[in-house]
Amino acid sequence: MPVTVKEPAAAAGPGPGGRKTGPQRRRRGGLARLGPLPWIAPAVLLIVVVVLWPIYELIRTSFLNISISGFVRGSAGTEKYRQLFDESGFGTVLTMTVVWTVAVVGVTMLASLGLAQLFNKPFPGRTVTRWALIAPWAASVLMTAIGFRWMLDQTAGVLNTLMTDLGLIDGPKDWLGDPATAWPWMMFVAVFVSLPFTTYTLLAGLQTIPHEVYEAARIDGANSRQTYWRVTVPLLRPAFLVGFVINLINVFNSFPVIWAMTKGGPGSDTATTTVFMYQLKDTDIGESAAMSVVNFAMVVVLVLIFLKVSRWNKEDA
Amino acid sequence: MTLSAPSHTPEDEPLAKETHPNGPKGGTGPKGGKGAAKRRKYGPRTLVIAASAWMLAVIFIAPYLEMIITALRPADELRDRTYLPTSFEWNNLVDVWKESTLGDNLQVTLLIAGGATLLVLLVSLPAAYYTARVRYRGRKAFLLLVLVTQMFQPTALLIGLYREFHQLDMLNSTWTLILANGAFNLAFAIWILTAYISSIPAELEEAAMVDGTGRFGALFRVTLPLAMPGVVTAVIFTFISSWNEFVMGLTLMTEPEKQPLTVGINNFIGNYTVEWNYLFAASVVAIIPVVVLFAFIERHVVSGLTAGSVK
Repeated sequence: MPVTVKEPAAAAGPGPGGRKTGPQRRRRGGLARLGPLPWIAPAVLLIVVVVLWPIYELIRTSFLNISISGFVRGSAGTEKYRQLFDESGFGTVLTMTVVWTVAVVGVTMLASLGLAQLFNKPFPGRTVTRWALIAPWAASVLMTAIGFRWMLDQTAGVLNTLMTDLGLIDGPKDWLGDPATAWPWMMFVAVFVSLPFTTYTLLAGLQTIPHEVYEAARIDGANSRQTYWRVTVPLLRPAFLVGFVINLINVFNSFPVIWAMTKGGPGSDTATTTVFMYQLKDTDIGESAAMSVVNFAMVVVLVLIFLKVSRWNKEDA
Repeated sequence: MTLSAPSHTPEDEPLAKETHPNGPKGGTGPKGGKGAAKRRKYGPRTLVIAASAWMLAVIFIAPYLEMIITALRPADELRDRTYLPTSFEWNNLVDVWKESTLGDNLQVTLLIAGGATLLVLLVSLPAAYYTARVRYRGRKAFLLLVLVTQMFQPTALLIGLYREFHQLDMLNSTWTLILANGAFNLAFAIWILTAYISSIPAELEEAAMVDGTGRFGALFRVTLPLAMPGVVTAVIFTFISSWNEFVMGLTLMTEPEKQPLTVGINNFIGNYTVEWNYLFAASVVAIIPVVVLFAFIERHVVSGLTAGSVK
């Protein structure tokens, strides 16, 4: 198709194009008379059935008594919630979920900021090294977590061998058997798998800063530190915020890292809310649903924060 | 994605300044510097930068190299404390499929990823096209629904999903995972396609319609080809994230041979003696298609992911 669009058409948001087609559509019969339905109904239907219905199911289940085989034995009232809050590990799970989220997101954002600026500089082999950066993204969180579990194996784990050979530790350790060492390692893996996306988002942000802005700063006599804090940082803010919120949601919901490395054990000592929910699933699905509801309420709070950050309401989309 | 790919990646506003459909670089970055850099000598600063970047690259690749090495270890050298085995057992890559249900699991994963991708394409394209071109009543509500859906991850809704499909008697059905993976990737696809189609002037379609093609002709001959980078990104992202999906497969499929490959691989760990060489042999094979696909969209990844969110 030899048609070329020269204008940065993005300036026309989702809306303006529609104004042109509007009047014309009214003249047409048939499909047009049904309005948006034939176009968007399948999408809405799929979202309602697979995303919204489970939310209803989730809340309903948390108020039910359900046997292990899945048989409903009537209402449980708020019993499941009381049971959940009385669970001995519940306090620790909540605390560790907060620690986990704050630590992983915090380290990821800072490290990505450094990585993005490093990989934004011209140097020999930049394309190839950027490729390497994508590896954890492509390889899936689960595979990476399993890989680290193996590398931390007490008998044959290469990280144990390497650290012993370098003299960092006296001998092979059972890192994942003890919550005190399992947590930091799992956090490390969670950061490791979050870095590619975050770094790429920030790289995109850096690249959208026009060259002229730096030129102007230079002409105005700004030194490199001033340029960084007064030009780069403020202009990078939108990308940073997007990366931050997406990480927040991902890390908070992060399940495969912990499930593959410790299954939340011993007991629920290395569980976050999502892992704890899964542990409860096999013994009492009602209590597990109660955990899910609590977890979901926290997700909703994060979503509201996201909508505020993205200034949804201020856009005329 | 996930993380999971961390996988999933919403944007706040489908305006794509740097995602010009015809942009040769897809907004991925200043590549112009490459040729110029080759001509001049590198200063010490650049060398330090290059050295750190290369070191980091090695760290990022190292875990996967170790997986490959383990995949090729002979069974009797599996628990040796050596960095490399005395010989590489290439047969592991073949034997693993015979020794386990992983062959079935791979087939399931192919079906799910392919099915979900097709579903997403069929459902998201009309919705995105209409939303980009027409200001209908409920348009804002629809976009809000899409945006919020992106934030809801399957993990958070797992128990609800399990209960729903249990009641529908659809546990252990491949269709269930096709629907579920499709639905959770739909929002991203609609978002990015809306952004791409919006960036193509409607006048082009009108011109085509004046020239005698109908609305559908205009859509397929003008808009779709121009929106191709967006379509490709949406398709590949859906494929990769469905391919790598773990949590729903673990929960909604209880019969071992019906589970997707990720779950099948994870099942290895439950065994009394874990055959790590087979586990990683299967993993390596599973990762290859994803890496190839990623290579294909690398330059669109950034622009696609951040369409609009990064001004």
